[in-house]
Amino acid sequence: MTQWEVVIGIETHAQLSTVSKIFSGASTAFGAEPNTQACAVDLALPGVLPVLNKKAVECAIRFGLAIGAEVAQKSVFARKNYFYPDLPKGYQISQMDLPVVVGGNITLQVGQGDKAYEKVVRLTRAHLEEDAGKSLHEDFHGKSGIDLNRAGTPLLEIVSEPDMRSSDEAVAYARALHALVRWIGICDGNMQEGSFRCDANVSVRPKGQAEFGTRREIKNLNSFRFLKEAIDFEVQWQINEIEEGRNIQQATVLFDPDTGETRMMRSKEDAHDYRYFPDPDLLPLIIPAEWIARVRGEMPELPVQRRERFAGDLGLSAYDASALTASQEIADYFEAVVAIAGKANAKPCANWVMVDLAARLNKDGKDIADSPVSAAQLAGLIQRIADSTISNNIAKKVFEALWNGEGATADEVIDKQGLKQITDTGAIEALVDEVLAANAANVAEFKAGKEKAFNALVGQVMKAAKGKANPQQVNDLLKQKLAG
Amino acid sequence: MINASLKELSLALAAKKVSSVELSSLFLDRIERLNPTLNAFVTVDREKSLVMARDADARIAAGTAGPLTGIPIAQKDIFCAEGWLSTCGSKMLANFVSPYDATVIRKMHAEAGLVSLGKTNMDEFAMGSSNETSFFGSVRNPWDTQRVPGGSSGGSAAAVAARLAPAATGTDTGGSIRQPAALCNLTGLKPTYGVVSRYGMIAFASSLDQGGPMAASAEDCALLLNTMVGFDERDSTSLERPVEDYARDLDKPLDGLRIGLPKEFFGEGCDAEVMAAVRAAIAEYEKLGATCVEVSLPNSHLSVPAYYVIAPAEASSNLSRFDGVRYGYRAPEYGNLDDMYMKTRAQGFGAEVKRRILIGAYVLSHGYYDAYYLQAQRIRRLIANDFVEAFKHCDVIMSPTSPSTAFKLGEKAADPVQMYLSDIYTIAVNLAGLPGMSIPCGFVGGLPVGLQLIGNYFAENRLLNVAHRYQQATDWHQRRPGGIE
Repeated sequence: MTQWEVVIGIETHAQLSTVSKIFSGASTAFGAEPNTQACAVDLALPGVLPVLNKKAVECAIRFGLAIGAEVAQKSVFARKNYFYPDLPKGYQISQMDLPVVVGGNITLQVGQGDKAYEKVVRLTRAHLEEDAGKSLHEDFHGKSGIDLNRAGTPLLEIVSEPDMRSSDEAVAYARALHALVRWIGICDGNMQEGSFRCDANVSVRPKGQAEFGTRREIKNLNSFRFLKEAIDFEVQWQINEIEEGRNIQQATVLFDPDTGETRMMRSKEDAHDYRYFPDPDLLPLIIPAEWIARVRGEMPELPVQRRERFAGDLGLSAYDASALTASQEIADYFEAVVAIAGKANAKPCANWVMVDLAARLNKDGKDIADSPVSAAQLAGLIQRIADSTISNNIAKKVFEALWNGEGATADEVIDKQGLKQITDTGAIEALVDEVLAANAANVAEFKAGKEKAFNALVGQVMKAAKGKANPQQVNDLLKQKLAG
Repeated sequence: MINASLKELSLALAAKKVSSVELSSLFLDRIERLNPTLNAFVTVDREKSLVMARDADARIAAGTAGPLTGIPIAQKDIFCAEGWLSTCGSKMLANFVSPYDATVIRKMHAEAGLVSLGKTNMDEFAMGSSNETSFFGSVRNPWDTQRVPGGSSGGSAAAVAARLAPAATGTDTGGSIRQPAALCNLTGLKPTYGVVSRYGMIAFASSLDQGGPMAASAEDCALLLNTMVGFDERDSTSLERPVEDYARDLDKPLDGLRIGLPKEFFGEGCDAEVMAAVRAAIAEYEKLGATCVEVSLPNSHLSVPAYYVIAPAEASSNLSRFDGVRYGYRAPEYGNLDDMYMKTRAQGFGAEVKRRILIGAYVLSHGYYDAYYLQAQRIRRLIANDFVEAFKHCDVIMSPTSPSTAFKLGEKAADPVQMYLSDIYTIAVNLAGLPGMSIPCGFVGGLPVGLQLIGNYFAENRLLNVAHRYQQATDWHQRRPGGIE
């Protein structure tokens, strides 16, 4: 049977976080009443002209620098001509032959644990363009409504090379890109509101074949899950088609999340002739070296740099370093915890942030930026574990108490609730003696070779100590006594 | 008053010999009486005009008036003006009341205090050389009402020539100020591309369109131009330059002026009597101290074909917004969305506009773009370079404005190519982005002849000076058409 290889390239539309639109002064804020954020330019009244928003250009420069691309000294805006009711001018201002960002690449971590590997995806280009408005098909009794609030919102269209070989790689790429655009502050990444949406170009070919198969483009995927589901369905569909002797025709398809299937929107024959030509209303975009240098000076430390620092300085694994740099908020939080708890505690800090805190945030549907437990509080807690004031198990209780606002610091919670670990050998010994005396049956079982009985005895001691006895000391003393 | 220059009107207003309301009413009355014959105006709104006139009188009384405050002028209907129908000569916009002012209109109203008498007729979307493509009917030439006034600013030209307005605005994409000025015995100036803001000027061909003044004399044009120019942050192609006073150099002597005569513009293709009038004007310049040199614009024969690729290409895209969705005309009956588009645009646009949209869509389409659009852009650069070379040898270039005097209504309407050739001398100037003028220089069979002056980039002051000195020495520009009263 033929072994199939999947080839995926992704085009992403990232809505840029500018206050005003790319060619007009109207606001870009989401959710306003229809057509209240559309000025004369956005409505394409007769006679109006576009003026480029420099902030949008700055976003493109930031992105270019973040992916090690060339920021074009000269790029050109072109008109993409087609008729649609939510496209007020009858053309979209975009970039065609000369885009603002050329090349670059993104490094991803794919998979987890033993199967994790690193992958570099090359980018073809990124260009600036304006978004269209929205057609509203409900509530208009057989007619359609048009909302032009979104018309003219700045987009950066980011085009990857066909470098991905599985839906997992595609999702890892999309996640890495999503994290990056948020990290450098050019896109809020809100996928529900359409701020970040992906088109996936998918084809399959027999393993070992050099040429690509014919691709189909899945449009407008606005969640990572849909991206994966759509690609998985599409890949299987293409393989089935080919194995049943049919050819794949180049086409644009839509993914239906309800059925989990892709269906054809238009074939290559229906493709528009967009009649691109340079927009005579806009001069070529010239970006002098000084502008790039200034933006470079304002760039934050990038995820890749931070990842290397986490792995190098703090001795974290590549996987941990990657997970902790999934967003700037997570990385900042983690760094704040380590700053207080100390580099020596970097690994427990990483575990607390990635596991306990992440799970709790997830449970309440909160972002790390809104975490009820501050980095300082968590660091205080980790310090108390490190100095054996509390055990890991008690620490979870303290964490929950901090989460619920039952104390300002870990110390306060430990004090108030009397959770301090018992480390006095005499006190623990007394408890051990008590338990051994009261559980003769377990002792006998242990001596008969039942290891499990030992655990039961530990549990009894901890129970007697209300969980506060130092587990190591309990273990050691029990072993000592039972051996004796 | 009817025949007074802007300077004379300005002095009369300042001396309170006449109020703006009186002056505006005088012209509004003339429009009411003569416009039915000429069809120069498509919209007149006496009340709106008089509100502006009263404001102007208040400014004059308060001593806050500018040099032209209170003077009434006519506005080409290509400029959007708040609260005014702004139709661009098209059925497509016949119901469009602009909610905003074009920058030029705002400057003229709010800053200069000029009074708008109304909106003038024009070829539909400025596509035409005879004013016959207007949805609102042809404009008549006041010198012979059986003849065209030229186009596309034909309404403005007829209005000023018949003294329905002391001056007017026009726009020029391939000759649309200069050619009607020539055919109606006016002085018209197309500035360097980027000097006058295009914001609010309904776009025909964005890289060629430029607004400018049309008036009875170079001096009037200079004064009006002063109110129109200036950097506009709403127009990305607007140029940021120091403000100039265009009346500054009017009286400078012409001694040593070098006139370039492109040999390509003095060969065949021009009416012999028109050419004789042009040569006589050049001889007059020599008397004023100028010398003539032959120059060459070797690619000028390519300007009409290049223009009829570039201008329609841009127009086909610029006019896409007229889709019946948000404003303007929408077909009363249609099936689905595509049907709505097709019927709306089929019914809303006239034949010449459709022709140019088709040409434009064709030259931009896949597989033809390189052969037409890119090739035309290359030619455009060659034409601009020709002028750069020519201006190494001269200060101003002269030629006929139009190869003939005003032709009869309907004479060329059926032959688009013949119509396009009436702009052979003017089009290259737009392709190169240079300033150009037309000034009256004689008559053939009772019809005016225009002399074209072409300057180097930003040489508007020099052009106005060259025109003004000629008008000090001649009286062609003072002649008025008889017989329409």
